Amino acid sequence: MNIHAIRAIYRFEMARTFRTLMQSIASPVLSTSLYFVVFGAAIGSRMGAIGGVSYGAFIIPGLIMLSLLNESISNASFGIYMPKWAGTIYELLSAPVSYVEVVIGYVGAAATKSVILGLLILLTARFFVAYEIQHPFWMLAFLILTAVTFSLFGFIIGLWADDFQKLQVVPLMVITPLTFLGGSFYSINMLPPVWQKITLFNPVVYLVNGFRWSFYGQADVNVLVSAGATVGFLLVCLGVVWWIFRTGWKLKA
Amino acid sequence: MSPVQATTSSPDAIVSVRGLSKYYKSGLRALNKVDLEIRRGEIFALLGPNGAGKTTLISIICGIANGSEGSVHVDGHDIVRDYRAARGLIGLVPQELSTDAFETVWATVKFSRGLFGKAPNPVHLERILRDLSLWEKKDSKIMALSGGMKRRVLIAKALAHEPRVLFLDEPTAGVDVELRHDMWEMVRRLRESGVTIILTTHYIEEAEQMADRIGVINRGEIVLVEEKHTLMQKLGKKQLTLSLQSPLESVPEGLREWPLELSGDGQCLTYTFDTQGNDTGIAMLLRKLGELGIDFKDLHSSESSLEDIFVSLVRGGV
Repeated sequence: MNIHAIRAIYRFEMARTFRTLMQSIASPVLSTSLYFVVFGAAIGSRMGAIGGVSYGAFIIPGLIMLSLLNESISNASFGIYMPKWAGTIYELLSAPVSYVEVVIGYVGAAATKSVILGLLILLTARFFVAYEIQHPFWMLAFLILTAVTFSLFGFIIGLWADDFQKLQVVPLMVITPLTFLGGSFYSINMLPPVWQKITLFNPVVYLVNGFRWSFYGQADVNVLVSAGATVGFLLVCLGVVWWIFRTGWKLKA
Repeated sequence: MSPVQATTSSPDAIVSVRGLSKYYKSGLRALNKVDLEIRRGEIFALLGPNGAGKTTLISIICGIANGSEGSVHVDGHDIVRDYRAARGLIGLVPQELSTDAFETVWATVKFSRGLFGKAPNPVHLERILRDLSLWEKKDSKIMALSGGMKRRVLIAKALAHEPRVLFLDEPTAGVDVELRHDMWEMVRRLRESGVTIILTTHYIEEAEQMADRIGVINRGEIVLVEEKHTLMQKLGKKQLTLSLQSPLESVPEGLREWPLELSGDGQCLTYTFDTQGNDTGIAMLLRKLGELGIDFKDLHSSESSLEDIFVSLVRGGV
C-alpha cells in the first residue's frame, strides 16, 4: 500500500476545499439555512406535525441528505475531472499507485468534506428548530455511508465526463429531482396510493428514511431495507470503479 | 501486453523495450514492433518527425498508455506486472505544460514526491528548487509563472521522488535560448549523478550537444540507433566528386593509395575523406591525376550533416 500517495492525494484535495471555503462549505450551509427559514420557521409553523414530529424538525434529515448527495457528487467529480481537464492526470497515471489508493485518496477527501458539511448543517439547524437524535450512532453511520457512496458515484461521473456540462448534468437533472421527490419534505404516506408505490423505485427514499429513522425512530420504510439499499448502491459503484481502472476506460489511450 | 520472460537484455540496459506495438481501433499503427535498449547512465536522444511515435513510446513506458503487444522492463521490472517498482524509478517531464494553476510551487513538488511513495524530504526538495532557480518562487502560485518557469516546475516535479530514469519529452520546445542552455547544463549534472536520461526532440542541435547515443524513430519504427560519435564521423566525412572528360574502365593502378570509387558508367570518380585530418590528400590526388593524364571537366564537394542523415532515414533512404 502506497500510504504516502494516499496521503498526498487526500491532502491535495482537502487543500482545494479549504482554498475555496466560501464555495465549498459556506454556500451550502447558507442555502440550507434559507430552507429552514422558509419551510421550517415561516411555512412550517402553519403545517401540522408528521407522526408527532414538528414539520421544521421533520425536514432536517431530508435537507441534510439533499446537500450531502449534491456535495459528495460535485466534490468527487470535480476532484478527478480537473486533472483530466488540465492534463495533470499524466502524473497520477505514471505514479506507482493502484486504483484502490487513488480511490481512497479522492473519494476519502470528498466524503470527509461532505460529512463535515452535513454536521455543520445539523448544527445550523439548531438555531431554527428543536430536534432530537434518538440513534446518534446510526445517524453518523448513515451520514458516512451516504457520503462515501455518493462520492464514489461522483468519482465515476468525473471519470465519465469529458466536458463541464456533463459534470453538472447528473446532479442537476437526476439527483435534485430525485431528492425533492424522495420524501425530503413530506412523508410518502401523504401521497396518493399509486404514487406511494412509484416512489419506492426512487433510491433516495431509502436514504432519507433511513436517516430520518436515526433521528426520530420512525420512517416510511424499514431501516434495514434502507441500510441494505445504500450498501447495495455502494457495491455497484465500487464495481464500476474497479472496471474503469482495470480497463483504463476514459483514462488511458 | 503479453508477459514476457524476465528479459534477456544486457545487464547494462536500464530500459528494455521488446517487440512493442501499439495500434488503435482505427487501424492506425502508432508503434510497430519496437526493440530498444537504453543503457544505464547514458543520455539517449530519440529523434523523429512529428507523429513518428516518440510520445506514444514514452507514454507506454511511463504507464500513461497501454501497449498492444510486446513488453517493457525498467531495471528488470515488467511495467505491467511489477508496475510499482518500475514506475517508482521513472520521472517524466511531459511535452505539454500541464500544471495545477492554483497550487504553489512548493505544494506541487511535495505532492509529486508523496504520490510516488516517498516520505517527505524538504531538504531534497529545496535542493531541486534551488538547482532549477525556483526557490524564490516556491510560494508563488503556478499560474503566476512564465512558460519557462512552468517548464522548470514540471522538471522539479519529475525529480521530486529521486528517479533513476528521467524522460524529457521535447524539453526545450518553445523555450528561449538561455533556458535551453540552462536545461542542457542541468541534464549533464543529472547524468553525472547517475541518472539515465531519455529525451525526445526534433532539434538536431540538441541531440548533437547532449546525447551519448541517438535513436531515430519514424512511422512507429526505430530506423537507427547509433553512438553519437559514430554518427559524427559520418558527419565529418566529405566527398569530392570529379566528372571525367573521358570514362575510365577501372581505377588506375597509380591511384590505389586513395580510397576512390568509380561510378558504373566510368564517368565519375568519388573521393571520400575525413575533414578532421590535417592533410586531406586532395592536392596530391589532383597532381597525380595530372601526371596520369586524367582530365576532368567539373568537380564538386559535399558534406553530409546529421540533418541529411536524419532526413534520408526518415524518407526511407540510406
